[in-house]
Amino acid sequence: MSGRLVGIETEYGIAVPGMPQANPMTLASQIVTAYAATLRGDGRRSRWDFEEENPLRDARGYELRAAQTDHGDGEEFGMANALLPNGARFYVDHAHPEYSTPEVLGARAATLWDKAGERILERSAQLAHRAGAPQINLYKNNVDGKGASYGTHENYLMPRATPFSDIVRYLTTFLVSRIVVTGAGRVGLGSDGRGHGYQISQRADYMEVEVGLETTLRRPIINTRDEPHADAARYRRLHVIIGDANLAEFSTFLKVGSTSLILDMIEAGALTDDLALDNPVAALRSISHDPSLVLRVTLRDGRVMGAVDLQRMYHSAASAFVNSGRASNPEAPEVIRLWGEVLDDLERDPMLLTDRLDWVAKLAILDAYRERDALAWSSPRLAAIDLQYADVRQDKGLYNRLAAAGRIRRLVDDDEVSDAISLPPDDTRAYFRGRCIARFPEQITAASWDSVVFDVGGPNLIRVPTGDPFRGTREHVGGLLDAATSAGDLVEALGSAT
Amino acid sequence: MSTQESGNSSSHARRSDEATAEVTEEVSSDVQDRVAKLNDDVDALLDEIDGVLEENAEEFVKSYVQKGGQ
Repeated sequence: MSGRLVGIETEYGIAVPGMPQANPMTLASQIVTAYAATLRGDGRRSRWDFEEENPLRDARGYELRAAQTDHGDGEEFGMANALLPNGARFYVDHAHPEYSTPEVLGARAATLWDKAGERILERSAQLAHRAGAPQINLYKNNVDGKGASYGTHENYLMPRATPFSDIVRYLTTFLVSRIVVTGAGRVGLGSDGRGHGYQISQRADYMEVEVGLETTLRRPIINTRDEPHADAARYRRLHVIIGDANLAEFSTFLKVGSTSLILDMIEAGALTDDLALDNPVAALRSISHDPSLVLRVTLRDGRVMGAVDLQRMYHSAASAFVNSGRASNPEAPEVIRLWGEVLDDLERDPMLLTDRLDWVAKLAILDAYRERDALAWSSPRLAAIDLQYADVRQDKGLYNRLAAAGRIRRLVDDDEVSDAISLPPDDTRAYFRGRCIARFPEQITAASWDSVVFDVGGPNLIRVPTGDPFRGTREHVGGLLDAATSAGDLVEALGSAT
Repeated sequence: MSTQESGNSSSHARRSDEATAEVTEEVSSDVQDRVAKLNDDVDALLDEIDGVLEENAEEFVKSYVQKGGQ
């Protein structure tokens, strides 16, 4: 094993400067379609195969009636939906272009394929413009400053055997406190953005309940969506919606890496102190609104601790878990080391993280402008800096300018990122999906996380199930894929291989 | 940090307080040095950012309106 099977889905902000009236669904479609057009020689695009999807199933054991939720899946409106040769899904969701990484093993791979997504979005805007669309700006962020929020969701594959109640009990305070590591920073306070000031997390003001199924309103700290896209008897896919969109690789790596470690411990029954907060939703907002990290929150048992203290407790538990030999995650030592260094520095002076964490890097720029130009937090220049930090263009996005200047520590290099744009990971079913798309784009009529549907010219379409996230790797099917000269060959070879 | 054994407990306490104060000072000046280094040449950075920032900040920010997502 190389780490937990994970994936990150990011809804990108989309706008045409000077055209606030432009229809975002149309713009988002133009973005996805322009990129997808480069993948198929015949100009058509593969359809997403929705047959197995059930986003209304709740992990607490029931199904929500469709009318009770606001779940639009876009395909009904003919929205663009593309599968990419790197195994990713690129589509329109709720008026945003959304990029879902392929399934990968471990936090480093998640960071890499997530970063590749930024390049894909940048390239899509260039292609769309060339095809006649206006200059479309894309932002890897989560708020518009006026009340709307859109998500960056992490997905963690877990064994079904772990009771969901344990996840709720032991993960909640972790997700609340981790914002001091994972926050992307935000100018503006409150869900309506009317408050003046800076806060650590983009999403904090939009989480309203502790546990729930919904994702577009009454957003919960722990989301109960139960749609594993795999054998539901064996697996659960934990869908985490509280995270911020991160550009800094340390932020992404530690977000996925530390959360994976907490889940390892929950699965092993190794956590004994749930650190339950008196009011998790209120604590989340208070912690977010205090970039000085001085504020302490109250636990249900009366203890009073700061967010960094809470993270320290998790870090200590994770270290002990690894040192006891119970951890099988090969990334654990590196996660613990980097996480520990981050916590050490947060304790000394949060601004020491200027070279690693998004919220601090952003704050450093904002503080420098406030000082140089005597700006108050209400100044639109500061809000503009916040927004432009997340612009995906490498020549205009402020995070990208920091990275180009060597002012942000990286964990992956540009050559690997370039490969991850077009190549899938070797070690999950994304390998099969991605390589099929790359080799036989015209013969694939539809695909999803758990299937690829071929048209090989016969009377029927052929649906190849990919229900096991760990099968369809390079080891399993690389040889077959290399040897097949057509999709028909491949389907035949797969048939005789099983 | 070294601790000196001494028969005189109050001077030991004072010396170890001083040692602690010294270390704390070292640590905090280390921190200051590191922060200063991170902010090195921040003027040049701001100049560069000035060059790429959208021009009319107020318009830019006001016109950035999104539909809510997940």
